[in-house]
Amino acid sequence: MNTEIQSFIQKYDLLGCIQCGRCTGGCPVTVRTSLNVRRFVYNALDENMLDDLAKLPEVWDCTACNTCAVRCPKGLKPVEVLIGLRNILVESGVVQPAVRDALESAFREGNPWKKSRATRSDWMDGLEVNIVEPGEKVENLIFVCCTIAYDPKVQVIAKNLVKVLNKSGVDYGFIGNDETCCASEVYNLGEVGEEGLFDMMVEDNTELLNSYDAARIVAISPHCYSAFKKQYPNLKAEVIHYTHLVKELLEDKKLELTKELPKKIVFHDPCFLGKQNNVFDEPRYILSQIPGAELVEFDRSKQRSLCCEGGGGKMWVETESRKERLAETRIGDAKDLGAGLVAVACPFCFLTMDDALKAKGFEEEMRVAEILEILGELID
Amino acid sequence: MNNKPKIGVYVCHCGVNISKMVDVDAVTEFASHLPNVKVVRNYSYMCSDPGQLLMREDIKNEGLNRVVVASCSPRMHEMTFRKTLAAAGLNPYFLEMANIREQCSWVHEDREDATGKAKKIVSSAVAKVRLLEALYESEVNVEPATLIIGAGIAGIQAALDIANAGFKVYLVEKSPSVGGKMSQLDKTFPTLDCSACILTPKMVDVAAHPNIELMTYSKVEEITGYVGNFQVKVRKKARYVDMDKCTSCGVCAEECRLAGRIPSEFNENMGKRSAIYLPFPQAVPAKYTIDPERCLFLTRGKCGKSPKCVDACLAGAVNFEQQDEIAEFKVGTVIVATGYDVFDAAKKPEYGYAEYENVITGLELERLVSASGPTGGDILIGKGENAFVPKEIAFIKCVGSRDKSVGNEYCSRVCCMYTAKLAHLVGEKIPDANVRVYYMDVRAFGKGFEEFYDRVRREGVRYIRGNPSEIFKRGDKLVVKVEDTLTATPLEDEVDLVVLAVGLEPRKDVREVIDLLRLSQSSDKFFLEAHPKLAPVDTATDGVFLAGCAQGPKDIPDTVAQAKGAASSALVLLSSGKVKIGAQISFVNEATCRGCGYCVDICPYGAIELVEINRMGNILSVARVNDALCKGCGACAAGCLSGSVQQRSFMDRQILPQIAVLGVMR
Ligand SMILES: Cc1cc2nc3c(=O)[nH]c(=O)nc-3n(C[C@H](O)[C@H](O)[C@H](O)COP(=O)(O)OP(=O)(O)OC[C@H]3O[C@@H](n4cnc5c(N)ncnc54)[C@H](O)[C@@H]3O)c2cc1C
Repeated sequence: MNTEIQSFIQKYDLLGCIQCGRCTGGCPVTVRTSLNVRRFVYNALDENMLDDLAKLPEVWDCTACNTCAVRCPKGLKPVEVLIGLRNILVESGVVQPAVRDALESAFREGNPWKKSRATRSDWMDGLEVNIVEPGEKVENLIFVCCTIAYDPKVQVIAKNLVKVLNKSGVDYGFIGNDETCCASEVYNLGEVGEEGLFDMMVEDNTELLNSYDAARIVAISPHCYSAFKKQYPNLKAEVIHYTHLVKELLEDKKLELTKELPKKIVFHDPCFLGKQNNVFDEPRYILSQIPGAELVEFDRSKQRSLCCEGGGGKMWVETESRKERLAETRIGDAKDLGAGLVAVACPFCFLTMDDALKAKGFEEEMRVAEILEILGELID
Repeated sequence: MNNKPKIGVYVCHCGVNISKMVDVDAVTEFASHLPNVKVVRNYSYMCSDPGQLLMREDIKNEGLNRVVVASCSPRMHEMTFRKTLAAAGLNPYFLEMANIREQCSWVHEDREDATGKAKKIVSSAVAKVRLLEALYESEVNVEPATLIIGAGIAGIQAALDIANAGFKVYLVEKSPSVGGKMSQLDKTFPTLDCSACILTPKMVDVAAHPNIELMTYSKVEEITGYVGNFQVKVRKKARYVDMDKCTSCGVCAEECRLAGRIPSEFNENMGKRSAIYLPFPQAVPAKYTIDPERCLFLTRGKCGKSPKCVDACLAGAVNFEQQDEIAEFKVGTVIVATGYDVFDAAKKPEYGYAEYENVITGLELERLVSASGPTGGDILIGKGENAFVPKEIAFIKCVGSRDKSVGNEYCSRVCCMYTAKLAHLVGEKIPDANVRVYYMDVRAFGKGFEEFYDRVRREGVRYIRGNPSEIFKRGDKLVVKVEDTLTATPLEDEVDLVVLAVGLEPRKDVREVIDLLRLSQSSDKFFLEAHPKLAPVDTATDGVFLAGCAQGPKDIPDTVAQAKGAASSALVLLSSGKVKIGAQISFVNEATCRGCGYCVDICPYGAIELVEINRMGNILSVARVNDALCKGCGACAAGCLSGSVQQRSFMDRQILPQIAVLGVMR
């Protein structure tokens, strides 16, 4: 038996699978694509099939929401099998140009968006932002995320965080242009080879983040948060999500929401925050503090939240399907609840949900907003 | 006898188990040159009758007074050879085993090295056997009574067997009635006997049996002592109802101001009861109990002008002055039959059990289909006007079993069959229902189980192979999100009712019993038996036995069989009236003991205590071993800082020369 392929079976514990189907049963994208992750786990047992499996287009339909892994009764991570297959393509060089470019940009410029490293902090122009230098002591070291830093539509998240931080007077610092992609999406795009790009970025980032005398690293995006928590074993500082921090600020009365927002708000749980890391209460607590707002819940919320299809490299690879996008289903559900505001806590959710809102033509009666954006509007 | 050692060494081939890797002839030749060795022989199976005969003859003819058997682990055959020695008139403790199988031939691959090691092992055994002393086992009397904790079907059955054999039983049950989970079941698989019909007579029997002292609504508070002589303390909680006066007419419950306001535990909180209540109609004893946490009078000191139950009871049985009572008694043996809890389905939030009233557990469905249940046996979901009869019904198996994501790796053994049973009963109650069962595997291993599974399928219950991942709502329907793995089709199955086949777990209050008896748990957290095959009802504590689901998930037939096994094990001790105490136990040299108490802390059996002695007018504290509790593990002897605690057959002066021969000490 080929030892390299044997290690694929071992690496993903494929022999532990009992083919119960809970992975495919829970997979959110099965309603719109032909992805059947259980069959991939089964077929991958045949060493000769790996290359053929890797070529199937549905390998790229997975959003890395991790529902299959969270629920597997035998402790397998079916999602990782798909990422392992993506790796076969990435390693052999036959991969979509968009994916190739994203990975190359991550390697060269420290972001997957083909933007220059030198412009990473441009969003800060005109804002009063604390930047810290390595070695400096700081209570909350803020980690921005590439999408938030570069996408003009999403930059509002970071801008409003600055507003919140300055208002509250809490000790914080941003990294500036040295900040480098957390590599979560690099991983999901298949750069998981041994000592490959992902490993390299984790190592460099660990060194960078550890060079600060920081008590906590505050990730804005759940994707960075989850990566730091689960894939960075050697970070010195505690890792939290910004909703943890903002909840503290509200509880300690360092931040007070003075303006009213008389709206029905529904919160959409990001997979990387909720399902994968069990952070459910903090965003809800924050929203519950908004004067005049009424908080409602999706039927499918918390552990049963429906994925928006924003993760797992989906920013670069479109799913070929005529069926309704999950984000559109979600917006439809929000409309049925009579919600006027769909609150999100993740840059990818923000993009997919806002697109879905427009695709459905509900701009008049509804709005998608990131929690920080909402907060920014409620403080002076 | 103890003059000059004359040692016989017997080297076993163990078929080829030893001889394949160890040159048995070379070991024999080697042993013949060791000091004090008079006879050396090797034989294909020393443990066989002819093998033992060789030894007996040599002991008699050659005057041997010490024996080394070089064969397997002492766990295997030490007892066998001790008996051989005894049969030849030699003290059985003049034996030393040299383990050249498990510790040598089985684990080595080089014949020469293995033979060399076997020689060393034999020489060290010879070095020790010379120094052994004759030991004598002692006996203690066994109190002819048994304590049984838990009165489910396991405890009931064990109690009846022991009582019928003529011995006293104290049966202690925590809840107000005996019966356990079986009393909540409607019919039982695979025969569909009515559970109450087969259980109630036994419940009545335990209450009426002259040899059984039944203590319900009671808690064992303390157990001290050792096999044959356990001292037990039980708290009988106040029921606030005089058991002698209560006629169980039930008027009190009807009159209670909280009537119909308190969730009934027996009905899995679906039906309601009063603060003064009988858990279920067939409860034994048929006596009412006042719930001290709910009763207005007991919680607030006031219930209207006067408590309605008091006014209603013509027998004058209600007594708010009643106090807890403590009962103390002695028993020779203990049986733990504390049963199980069902898995808490809220721990799998993806199934929405906490959110949706039409996601229920198997045990809840048992209550719904039962004539004594909250709906009188109708499968009605929801409350009041909104209650409806479901038509599309899905069962989900393995909820909380075989599932690492909730930490339960084991199979709960009963859910496959109770699902089949409930699916059948649903078909009886709702003939036009469409019932499907989502499963990963169907385990129908017991007598009549596969036949029953066949029957249920042929009745029209659809078995769909797939383990559902999620349940959510669409309109009035529940959506079961699942893959039919046999056709590789992801489904969103819309149904009216989901029944979760929840697995069996150790009871949440299991710690109480562990602390009482120092019981161990296996990795699944159920109580650990002494040996999974050969001592399945014994525990590591002599005289304490296990029965029923306390030891692991099982159905009623297996529970009853195990209860009878536990009863039989208890009866062996009770009927012989005596129990042997091991001889290779520890003792303390009180002259050198400094009373530091280190051994007391180390002893895992609580067998050592500090006592005060008077040494020439000085009051000193020294360690003392309780022979009946000591298991001879040697921890105290190894730990003792002054060498004052020694273990017989393993005394320093016996084992240090044994080690020295190995060449590891200068
Ligand atoms: C939904 C469902 C359906 C089932 N259907 C069937 C079926 O059809 N056929 C079948 O063969 N099996 C069936 N079973 C399995 C059956 O319930 C068990 O085999 C049986 O109840 C085990 O009995 P037990 O005495 O060991 O435990 P239990 O029934 O749990 O009894 C234990 C008793 O001990 C008491 N107790 C616990 N702790 C203490 C303590 N510290 N002090 C004093 N008392 C204590 C409890 O109050 C209880 O009365 C079913 C199980 C479930 C969940």
